[in-house]
Amino acid sequence: MQAVNEQKNVARGIDIESMSRGPRVNLADETVCLEVKDFNLFYGDKQALHGINMQIPKNRVTAFIGPSGCGKSTLLRCFNRMNDLIDTVKMDGHLLLDNMEINSPSVNVADLRRQVGMVFQKPNPFPKSIYENVAYGLRLQGVNDRATLDKVVEKSLKGAALWDEVKDRLHESAMGMSGGQQQRLVIARAIAIEPEVLLLDEPASALDPLSTLKIEELIYELKDKYTIVIVTHNMQQAARVSDYTAFMYMGELIEFGATDELFTNPAKKQTEDYITGRYG
Amino acid sequence: MSQSSSIKSWFNTGKPWVWLNAGAVSISLVMVVGLVLLIAVRGLSHFWPADIMELTYQEPGQPAETLIGERIDHETVPAARLALSGVQLPEGQEFAQRTLLKVGNRDYFGLDFRWINDPWISDIRYPEGIMAIERREWGNFYGYLVNVKQEGEVVASGDGAYQEFMQRLERSNELMRQIKTLEKDDIGQINHGLEEIRLEKRRLQMDDVPEGTLPYQELEEQKQQLNDRYATLREELSDLYQAMNRDQIMVRMSDGREVEIPLAKIVHVYKPNGMGISEKFGQYFHHVWEFVSGEPREANTEGGIFPAIFGTVMMVIIMSILVTPFGVIAAVYLKEYAKQGPVVRLIRIAVNNLAGVPSIVYGVFGLGFFVYFIGGSIDEIFFQAKLPSPTFGSPGLLWASLTLAILTVPVVIVATEEGLSRIPRAIREGSLALGATKAETLWRTVLPMAAPAMMTGLILAVARAAGEVAPLMMVGVVKLAPALAVDNIAPYLHLDRQFMHLGFHIYDVGFQSPNVEAARPLVYATAFLLVLIIVVLNLAAIGIRNRLRETYKATES
Repeated sequence: MQAVNEQKNVARGIDIESMSRGPRVNLADETVCLEVKDFNLFYGDKQALHGINMQIPKNRVTAFIGPSGCGKSTLLRCFNRMNDLIDTVKMDGHLLLDNMEINSPSVNVADLRRQVGMVFQKPNPFPKSIYENVAYGLRLQGVNDRATLDKVVEKSLKGAALWDEVKDRLHESAMGMSGGQQQRLVIARAIAIEPEVLLLDEPASALDPLSTLKIEELIYELKDKYTIVIVTHNMQQAARVSDYTAFMYMGELIEFGATDELFTNPAKKQTEDYITGRYG
Repeated sequence: MSQSSSIKSWFNTGKPWVWLNAGAVSISLVMVVGLVLLIAVRGLSHFWPADIMELTYQEPGQPAETLIGERIDHETVPAARLALSGVQLPEGQEFAQRTLLKVGNRDYFGLDFRWINDPWISDIRYPEGIMAIERREWGNFYGYLVNVKQEGEVVASGDGAYQEFMQRLERSNELMRQIKTLEKDDIGQINHGLEEIRLEKRRLQMDDVPEGTLPYQELEEQKQQLNDRYATLREELSDLYQAMNRDQIMVRMSDGREVEIPLAKIVHVYKPNGMGISEKFGQYFHHVWEFVSGEPREANTEGGIFPAIFGTVMMVIIMSILVTPFGVIAAVYLKEYAKQGPVVRLIRIAVNNLAGVPSIVYGVFGLGFFVYFIGGSIDEIFFQAKLPSPTFGSPGLLWASLTLAILTVPVVIVATEEGLSRIPRAIREGSLALGATKAETLWRTVLPMAAPAMMTGLILAVARAAGEVAPLMMVGVVKLAPALAVDNIAPYLHLDRQFMHLGFHIYDVGFQSPNVEAARPLVYATAFLLVLIIVVLNLAAIGIRNRLRETYKATES
């Protein structure tokens, strides 16, 4: 059964073009989830993001692509204020989540991060059991009722397509899992607290192709429930999983639009050069 | 030319460095093993029940005498040194052999040890009848049993005497145990109660309660009750003493004199010359056990060192309990919360340098600050009634532990900081991204992961603290503590009490003892035990650390 599944995945991975993604999308018809308005960001004196304007639609997958150092991860980390950890960062402009100012002093950062979950490049499970990893966010909210936790853990692991692999060893250490399993565990951990938005920072770049495909399939399934923003270096991946794509270069947003459109018919010369592999 | 190039190529292979490293490691190992072996052999052989020899000894121009004793040492000495002690060797002989004999019977001979010159010895024999008698005072006695007496009347002599003696000795030792319990526990309780009543009275006086009122009367009543109980115990005690003093033995010494020894003065008796190897081993372990579990006698040169072991372990444990939270909290603040800058850097340098301050300086600080200032203030506030006799205002276990905690806190801080900085950033971000605050992240994830590093700090701290002696002499260690820090009188743990310590015990027995020859093996035995305890404490801590490491493996990757 597993083998058949994997074969199917591989087949889908190779055959990008024929992958059906339902009806064609149109930015104008979407509900806005995250909005970026005239946003600038500085590391000390160095400006990393220049006047970004963008509307990220709800319950869709949006991919950020661009060469290294173009600011796509920086922008992603602004959505849940991970950049607060760096002392030298200064920002101006607006970042809105459902029309709420993210950077407003009245926003509770912990609450915001509960709404905007994040998965990092390298799998970072805690050195606890699989169960405790998934329950971590709930325990933080003071949920300690065994039955509730059991239910959420099972649901989240199923949601991250990991349940069948780990259901017999929930109380073993998460550090003993493979890299791909760990990354799906981290996703399960993030969706256990039912965020609105899921930020994925190159979630598959440290994984082998098979695990990558599993993650991509998972992203595809998750977008019904969550607004997903994914940063990736892999343009095939962006093309495979995303509905919308933003191309960034040197801290500026060059082009943003429906993925099919951007990849088949880019409006800007820079975008075309990048996706055809002329630089980056 | 070719030779120099071949040497150069030999150097380039890296082999010389391997040899150099291997050599350094071997030398270290040899030194450690040698040290442990030396103290182990010298210390542990002391407990072996060696055969007791009887010999005829005749110095030129003197009448022959008979000596009984254990052979302790044997050496070759130059004639010049013998001449200094008044012994003239025949012309032309440069060296002579001599033997150190432990002749015991200090109360009759003046010294337990005697050097005798080998050429003048004749007729060495090992009669089975010689007894080694361990006494409560005056060290060992060696001699033959003549008869056993009860209140001056001979009850057994000849062949059956030894059997009778052993039975009666058991009885007298049992009575001794009863007396000890009575004196220590029951009378101790009464004394404690009387002291409480005295303090209560002082308190009443200080509160200006007029004399003769109800509270005073109640106290008087209680006092009367305690005194009555004391009187009954007193009687019981004197009965016990009388019973214990019932029996005596007559023994013959090497010079033929017959002396009487009351059984009450005898701890233990054995006849090593008649023992088989298994009996000897039994005797050996009996001695070792007595050493480890007994209380010291005769200015620490006889008996056991249990109070010193107990004091050392107690102090290290209390020190660990104090130093770990203190060091960890300081490290967490420095690493996680303090704004990194020149001030924090300065603090860090200061902390690191604290580890280099000579330990005696900490002793002086502990005495001045903890004992006199803090302890004095505590006494004034909480133990007013007891003044002028100090409670916490004098050196004690708590202050010694605190002083050592300060001495070792830099180690814990440095190790914990090291551990905190090794926690991957990704783990912290992962926790924060799930909506944890910084404090929650620290508490739930970072600190547990840094626990092995904290344990490493604690291991180093314990290793240093257990071996420290100099500062302790100022803040609480004494030659002979009257009571352990834990007993059956509330509050059970008496942190204000002075205590004994193995390190100080070594110093005391080795350098402050009047009986050098008797003390020397005890110095080695105590040193061996100290090393053993430090090893055990460290192994325990290492065991805990390894378990933590197993649980939080992520730090290592």
